[in-house]
Amino acid sequence: MHDVTPPLDERSRQLRLLVLRAMEQGGRGHPGPALSLIEILRVLYDDLLRYRPEQPDWRERDRCILSKGHGCLALYALLADKGFFPVEALDTFCRFDSMLGGHPERGKIPGVEASTGSLGHGLSIGVGLALAARLQGRAHRVVVVMGDGEINEGSVWEAAMSAAMHRLDALTAIVDCNGMQSYGPTREVLNMEPLAQKWQSFGFTTREVNGHDVPALRATFTTPPEPGRPTAILCRTVKGKGIPVAEHNPAWHHQSRIAPERFAAMRQALSQETP
Amino acid sequence: MRQSALNAVFQLAQHDERVLFIGSDLGVGTLQAFRDAFPNRFFMEGIAEQHLIGMAAGLAMEGFIPYVNTIASFLTRRCLEQIAIDLCLHRLPVRLIGNGGGLVYAPLGPTHLATDDLALMRAQPDMTVLAPCDAVQMTACMQQTLHHPGPIYIRLAKGGDRVVFPADARVTLGEAVTLRPGNDRVMFLTTGIMAQRALEAAERLAATGIDCGVLHLHTVKPLDEAAILAAARRHPLLVTLEEHSRIGGLGAAVAEWLADADLHPAPRLLRLGLPDRFPHHYGSQEAHLSALGLDPEAIAQRVVAWTNGRVPA
Repeated sequence: MHDVTPPLDERSRQLRLLVLRAMEQGGRGHPGPALSLIEILRVLYDDLLRYRPEQPDWRERDRCILSKGHGCLALYALLADKGFFPVEALDTFCRFDSMLGGHPERGKIPGVEASTGSLGHGLSIGVGLALAARLQGRAHRVVVVMGDGEINEGSVWEAAMSAAMHRLDALTAIVDCNGMQSYGPTREVLNMEPLAQKWQSFGFTTREVNGHDVPALRATFTTPPEPGRPTAILCRTVKGKGIPVAEHNPAWHHQSRIAPERFAAMRQALSQETP
Repeated sequence: MRQSALNAVFQLAQHDERVLFIGSDLGVGTLQAFRDAFPNRFFMEGIAEQHLIGMAAGLAMEGFIPYVNTIASFLTRRCLEQIAIDLCLHRLPVRLIGNGGGLVYAPLGPTHLATDDLALMRAQPDMTVLAPCDAVQMTACMQQTLHHPGPIYIRLAKGGDRVVFPADARVTLGEAVTLRPGNDRVMFLTTGIMAQRALEAAERLAATGIDCGVLHLHTVKPLDEAAILAAARRHPLLVTLEEHSRIGGLGAAVAEWLADADLHPAPRLLRLGLPDRFPHHYGSQEAHLSALGLDPEAIAQRVVAWTNGRVPA
């Protein structure tokens, strides 16, 4: 599926430039896990989620939890792009007094629903949010974005069983399947395949999509859920997508002390992504 | 005590629709009345403690006040990270009710003992830690849990523990209660069901001419520093008494406080609790406490040994 990934369009490249901007200023970050996420979050925030950047705690908003908190550079890029906070805040990434840390924190960053960073927490919180919506008679969606390494955690599957048991059709689990975790390929570290069958057998309506194909993501994300069943969407992505040196490269899972001159090269590489 | 705690949850639920009950896989019929009255607010989620806590966090983020109940050892250890991150980092009003605090489940063996629960919960930022001494005090404490900000851990004892807390006495979370005044020589500081043992030990000691007070801390965290300061100023010997490892529980909390307070003169501190090892016996909670020198007679003897010629009359 990686082979058929379309070239990145202008918006996807601009969002990646925001990721590079924050990383350059912070001198560190998780580029690989952020770059695989860009189109997933872009389509969520452009086409699916309802929210008010000027009123982040709007009661009727859809709730979106980035459970793979280490992908936060992508989330920060989207939240800045949507006006939850000024783009200039990206320049403070990971500084002592910044609101933007190496993992996202609820209560600090407008638009962040849960503090994540330790993996395997988001889906259970999402189940709670979806149950609360049902109890309160509200109709918003709950979306939880996880990584394919993250779902090694047993707690994810506890939450999955509960979501199906409670017939939470308002809940969507999105898995950024970039095929790489920190140490190496997921199939070599802890093989989770056949992943679609796993989610299906846990009671989820399961869909698969190329996680960099914007029209395909749009079509998949906006397909209504099956009544009485939670949805799992497996997005097949490329870790480090858009920056050749980072693509499929576990060494780019996390980077610190990146030489400043390398950012120019990365921007250059990104601009050559033009269709 | 357990029944009182769960009944209190039901009563709170009748008055406040934000109150939810979440169990893991509890005994058949648990809180059936709650379930009958409020089926949508009653959850039995299965043997999945990590998920239970995360789900409770999500519900609390939306304004609910979940009361989560399961066996104390599983509730505090299995899902410690969810407690730290999902509850404490978010400062959410989730209440954790741990069955069988201490050695209650002694016959079931070491897997079921909760003798480090106070230490684990105390170490979590913003966590309030309660260990009431009997059913009356439990009921009074539970009423106060509704409007309390942040998460609370509530340690339950076996049930049927002798009631020593006066039915008409007031409880305020965070405020220690004097169960026996004493004559300013020795003060027991107790938590949980060790209050009863301290009172019995105090009776025995009174017969030998040592009149001990008993200050009971149903709230282990935040520590009632004012009450401990007052006790420390008046008593040359403080004796902490807990059904918990000597590491990290009430005795440790008082020792930490005393070290930081740097009093002159400072009272001596005798910390009575459980040794740093798993017990490999079964039998009863009572038998374990006796074997570990925590029955009233043994407690009294330890105090006598410490007071012989060392505490001015």
